[in-house]
Amino acid sequence: MTRHWRLIALLAAIGLGLWLVPVKVVLLWTDALVFLLVGVLTAFVIYMRGKPHLRAPWRQVIRRPLAAASLVVLSAYVVVGLLDSVHFRQQLEPQAGAENQQAQYSVEVLSLLDLLVTPLRTRLEKSYSAPLAAHLYSKESVTLADGSTARIYPRLQYGGAHLDDPATQRGKDIAQRSLSALLLGLLAWTALVAAWVAWLARRHGHGFGTELQTILRGEAELPWRSIFGTLGVLILFVAIALKLGIAYHLLGTDKVGNDVLYLSLKSIRTGLVIGTLTTLIMLPFAVLLGIMAGYFRGWVDDVIQYVYTTLSSIPGVLLIAAAILSVQVYIANNPELFETVVERADLRLLFLCMILGITSWTGLCRLLRGETLKLREMDYIQAATAFGVGNFKIITRHILPNVMHIVLISVVLDFSALVLAEAVLSYVGVGVDPSMVSWGNMINSARLEMAREPVVWWSLVAAFCFMFLLVLAANLFSDAVRDAFDPRVGRG
Amino acid sequence: MLAYIVRRSLYAIPILIGVNLLTFWLFFVVNSPDDMARMQLGMKHVTPEAIERWKADHGYDKPLLYNEKAEGTGKFTDTIFFDKSVRLFVFDFGTADDGRDIGYDIRQRMWPSLALAIPVFLIGLLVNITFALLMAFFRATYVDYAGVVLCVILMSISALFYIIGGQYLVSKLMHLVPISGYDGGLSAFKFLILPVVIGIISGIGAGSRWYRTIFLEEVNKDYVRTARAKGLPERVVLFRHVLKNAMIPILTGVVVTIPMLFMGSLITESFFGIPGLGSYTIDAIRAQDFGIVRAMVFLGSVLYILGLLLTDLSYTLVDPRVRLS
Repeated sequence: MTRHWRLIALLAAIGLGLWLVPVKVVLLWTDALVFLLVGVLTAFVIYMRGKPHLRAPWRQVIRRPLAAASLVVLSAYVVVGLLDSVHFRQQLEPQAGAENQQAQYSVEVLSLLDLLVTPLRTRLEKSYSAPLAAHLYSKESVTLADGSTARIYPRLQYGGAHLDDPATQRGKDIAQRSLSALLLGLLAWTALVAAWVAWLARRHGHGFGTELQTILRGEAELPWRSIFGTLGVLILFVAIALKLGIAYHLLGTDKVGNDVLYLSLKSIRTGLVIGTLTTLIMLPFAVLLGIMAGYFRGWVDDVIQYVYTTLSSIPGVLLIAAAILSVQVYIANNPELFETVVERADLRLLFLCMILGITSWTGLCRLLRGETLKLREMDYIQAATAFGVGNFKIITRHILPNVMHIVLISVVLDFSALVLAEAVLSYVGVGVDPSMVSWGNMINSARLEMAREPVVWWSLVAAFCFMFLLVLAANLFSDAVRDAFDPRVGRG
Repeated sequence: MLAYIVRRSLYAIPILIGVNLLTFWLFFVVNSPDDMARMQLGMKHVTPEAIERWKADHGYDKPLLYNEKAEGTGKFTDTIFFDKSVRLFVFDFGTADDGRDIGYDIRQRMWPSLALAIPVFLIGLLVNITFALLMAFFRATYVDYAGVVLCVILMSISALFYIIGGQYLVSKLMHLVPISGYDGGLSAFKFLILPVVIGIISGIGAGSRWYRTIFLEEVNKDYVRTARAKGLPERVVLFRHVLKNAMIPILTGVVVTIPMLFMGSLITESFFGIPGLGSYTIDAIRAQDFGIVRAMVFLGSVLYILGLLLTDLSYTLVDPRVRLS
């Protein structure tokens, strides 16, 4: 019970904080759905705590070292994504001379993440600069102190600005900062792991040394070695980003001088939203229609089959393109509906999720129909029917729990495909709004940069790394989930 | 057999009608032709006259579904629905926004698409099945494990990176083949070789993993155990018995995609400047040429339904237990 009180106190503190700070909270549509999803997941976890048979397969998932490591990586992404989902508009300084007017709010919608990484967000350069560079990427005509003009690589405004002579000092400075980042990361990691092991030791009732030995030998119940290892790598990256990102542009800057690291971080939310909300939106339809088709058969089945065959017969990209073009026309003709650019981009993102959901529910629906057809002939369903249990109750009590593993597996498997689809759709021009930061848009603009001489490779590489890590972790995790939940795969 | 094919083809009609109604609804009801005209003309030049002119030029100046002014059957035929949607059923696609005949363009652009898609499909299938068989042969060893991990890694890379990376390495750094472009006849080879290789590589991850799962499912069945008990070497078991029986699930996934090869590959064609149907579609989407998008949607659904029919027919060829009725 104390746990709940703590939660309530935390929420109250957040509420009070928001009330005191002069901001106007902006609840975007996708934010609302993201928090709904978080709520549903939390409720599900709380429900599962008391049910050993539901917990068992998840335990099996976590026991796989690769899956546990993937979970750590995914959690890191989720934290960034959630921080980026709390939006608000800051209050502007009251204008001098104006009398007691209403509070004015900036048109710029920020998120908690923006606030946390303010240095990355605000330090705009003029144009491209390579990672860790102190000079711009291209030559410019500059008027020198003696009045003559020369074509040189101008110094960056922020990147390496603390150096007097970058040519000689930069290498040493970077090495120094990396070393101190390494030490800092190591220190933070050791402290974290020590605290964690101490907590585990207390919970299991052995000494610190015994617990540590069990973990090191890999005899503990969970694969702590891979969890702590992944955590260590993550912390190291954060430390490097902190130490070097403050003084330089760690991943360079893009065409208009935005820090690429900042763009990559902002893209995380877009990717996660598309991967999760699409599923959230399509799931009710797929589950309801699939089970209904299989359970009632007859004309219900015919109608539902007709609907999903029709939808799946249209090539996915074209259906998405058709729908997004329509939305685009709508948005272009109704500009007065949106207060800020972010709100407009957000609506388009939501539509993209919906339309992706419409094109992707058919597969799951077909699977569920097949499984329900099989289940309804089972003895226990026959018995329930014989006892006079109503259709609704049979579906919710007896069929739904027995097809949940299919739902779960396909949800997890779809996630990475959706993240990848976003990039392709953005390239085609029917993805997220061009003003929204996403990996697809980053790749799209980086495509032309590859033709430049020398090559501007950093945005592409940054987008690649961030996206690859997320998709890889999701794929590895979903493999473990499938193995644990699919009854066809032998438990070995 | 023939009766079955005819019946299945008739079943396609309601689906195509559904597709048509859906696209009609998306393009003409959700957004009226007026909205489209405004969008196409841009915000600056919008005058009621300009909108009317644009609609007249593109044949959108008729009523949507029912024309009160026309005579007789003209009440139904002299409408946008009849002009733009019903005509698709006889493959009359009309003209694009730039005045070109869409049907002619599609017939022209089909060949480059096929020249790219067919090698990718055939060689890709061969490569994937070979890899999958290798992994199944070495199952539960480190070879298999490494293979699966490699597949997952390959799967996790977006197709865009394969293309951009390949173009950069092979064309820009090594100057082996042109970056993009196309030419008819035999000289098409040097333009196609890189896209084909990239297409195959980007499909290896997902493909071979999927085939591996199918093979492993078969490997655990009773007839395989019998075959081994007879003393057959593992090689024979895999190639003679497992491969043959795995054809059924493989066909389910593969045959349905064969007709879709006509549609071409969207991103590969557009990156490599191959004038196929994929780049045609992308250009239409970017130019917001609704006529072409509608035509491609219809064509895509026809091909998909054809694929489903072919899948059913192919079952009878590989699985004598299946009788079509």
